[in-house]
Amino acid sequence: MIRIENLSYVYQPGMPGEYRALSDINLVIPNGSLTAVIGHTGSGKSTLMQQLNGLLQPTSGKIFIDDEDITSKSADIAKIRRKVGLVFQYPEHQLFEETVYQDIAFGPKNMGLSDEEIERRVIYAASLTGIDKKYFEKSPFELSGGQKRRAAIAGILAMEPSVLVMDEPTAGLDPGGRDDILNIIKNLHKKQKEMIIIFVSHSMEEVAETAENIVVMHDGRIDMSGTAADIFRKRGRLLQIGLDIPQITKLADKLRNGGYNLPEEIYTVKAAVEAITKLSRSLPLQAEDII
Amino acid sequence: MIETKNLSYSYHSEDEENEAVKEEVLKELNLKIKKGSFTAILGSNGSGKSTLAKHFNAILLPSGGFVYVKGMNTHEQKYLFDIRSNVGMVFQNPDNQMVTAIVEDEIAFAPENLGVKPQEIRNRVDECLKIVGMQEYAGSFTANLSGGQKLRIAIASVLAMEPECIVLDEPTSMLDPKGRAEVLDTIKMLNRAKGITVVLITHYMEEAVMADRTIVIDNGKIVIDGVPAEVFKNVELLKKLKLDVPQVTELAYELKKLGFEISDGIIDVDECFRELVKLLGDVK
Repeated sequence: MIRIENLSYVYQPGMPGEYRALSDINLVIPNGSLTAVIGHTGSGKSTLMQQLNGLLQPTSGKIFIDDEDITSKSADIAKIRRKVGLVFQYPEHQLFEETVYQDIAFGPKNMGLSDEEIERRVIYAASLTGIDKKYFEKSPFELSGGQKRRAAIAGILAMEPSVLVMDEPTAGLDPGGRDDILNIIKNLHKKQKEMIIIFVSHSMEEVAETAENIVVMHDGRIDMSGTAADIFRKRGRLLQIGLDIPQITKLADKLRNGGYNLPEEIYTVKAAVEAITKLSRSLPLQAEDII
Repeated sequence: MIETKNLSYSYHSEDEENEAVKEEVLKELNLKIKKGSFTAILGSNGSGKSTLAKHFNAILLPSGGFVYVKGMNTHEQKYLFDIRSNVGMVFQNPDNQMVTAIVEDEIAFAPENLGVKPQEIRNRVDECLKIVGMQEYAGSFTANLSGGQKLRIAIASVLAMEPECIVLDEPTSMLDPKGRAEVLDTIKMLNRAKGITVVLITHYMEEAVMADRTIVIDNGKIVIDGVPAEVFKNVELLKKLKLDVPQVTELAYELKKLGFEISDGIIDVDECFRELVKLLGDVK
């Protein structure tokens, strides 16, 4: 479990460039959960993510991971970073080894593990991210954009973290590459029962399809947090702070405002298809429309 | 404006045994882009769409066939200057094409190199900044701008050459929704208000919908070509090509599969709403 208490962060305190990036963050993220963090550029998402493995230390406030205070002076940073895997934006820029295998093995190797254990982990991490063995001896730079990104994520997973934090894992990918990453996230969530998965996203459609819990950041604060249904129910607020809602939700709202009896919770195409099918059955006039 | 005739292009690389391998990226592609039009070229990664774009101002030259820009064959070296001043190119990452530290210097760079008179450069810089809505940033450092702002500066600096056509290669893929909207509004405006021919390379369907014409490329060939509403009738094919369709398009497609009478090629919320009202009847 991650517990963040009254966390604030100021860039360059006391300097001319002083900038308050996070204010009074309080958040609990339970084990085995899948959370999406959304918000505008500059809302503090990335800054918050970088606190979670001690890369940035809060100006004030605390973070507990499994009841251990990772922000205390005596905290073992190396241990925290093994526990919390952080995948940066455009993580493929950090690929550097000669082969895909070596790149994925880099983390576990530095952890001082045996060769057999490293191999087991590389194979496991590659299978989780859909990297075929035939690529192991290739240079990571020969991979496609989507594959590179998956290889970079595999490198983090090979350290077997109990918390996986991903900063905009789908940014800049084409729809196919994006769906691959989202499927990896969903699969990880299914397979790794205890793993905490947190990812940052800009796309409401993506968040609606993938996440269980959503944290909405605005101006360095948590504006709302809750289940996807909780958040999308407050879509007036989302629009107010300049975030979007899924296109399908806009359509459902329009129909509901037009007097059609549709449920409020339509965030995916699948839900809309079901609701409209059900509605058409309840309207006797349209019975002949269904073949 | 731009015409390709049996355009083919191959990259050459080496395989594991250091044998030369030829990878055909574009395959006998024929295409005409009209002056003043707004064309979106869609395709997933590796489809050849960026390679095609690079032929439009002679960054790449065809391995087979021809590309004509306003009738000028790109193979002919003597036209290179004219071609490049007629067709401006904006790339995905504006950081890669910024050359100066200050916004207005950046925009003045190209006209200066074209030998435009100082007073005229001043006018162009002001005008171009106005077009992209960045007047207040004339004296700012380019490094301090957001991604969307940088992209708009990149567009302005291409505009300063007064090209007839602008080709944008995935300009929004690194931007957040706000930056994306800014850039897309600018692009729309260039086309509608300024009459500039726009070619937008993208993998986002929402962007393709804005164009007058959408061309889908796969494996170096044109697979669909038409107005967006026609193109988006091909939901199955688009999905197979790993491209997205707007959620309302997918909804209409799924409903149709279930036997509902709903037209295909629906691309926006209002249209989908009207269709559904027709389908469901008026509520009493």
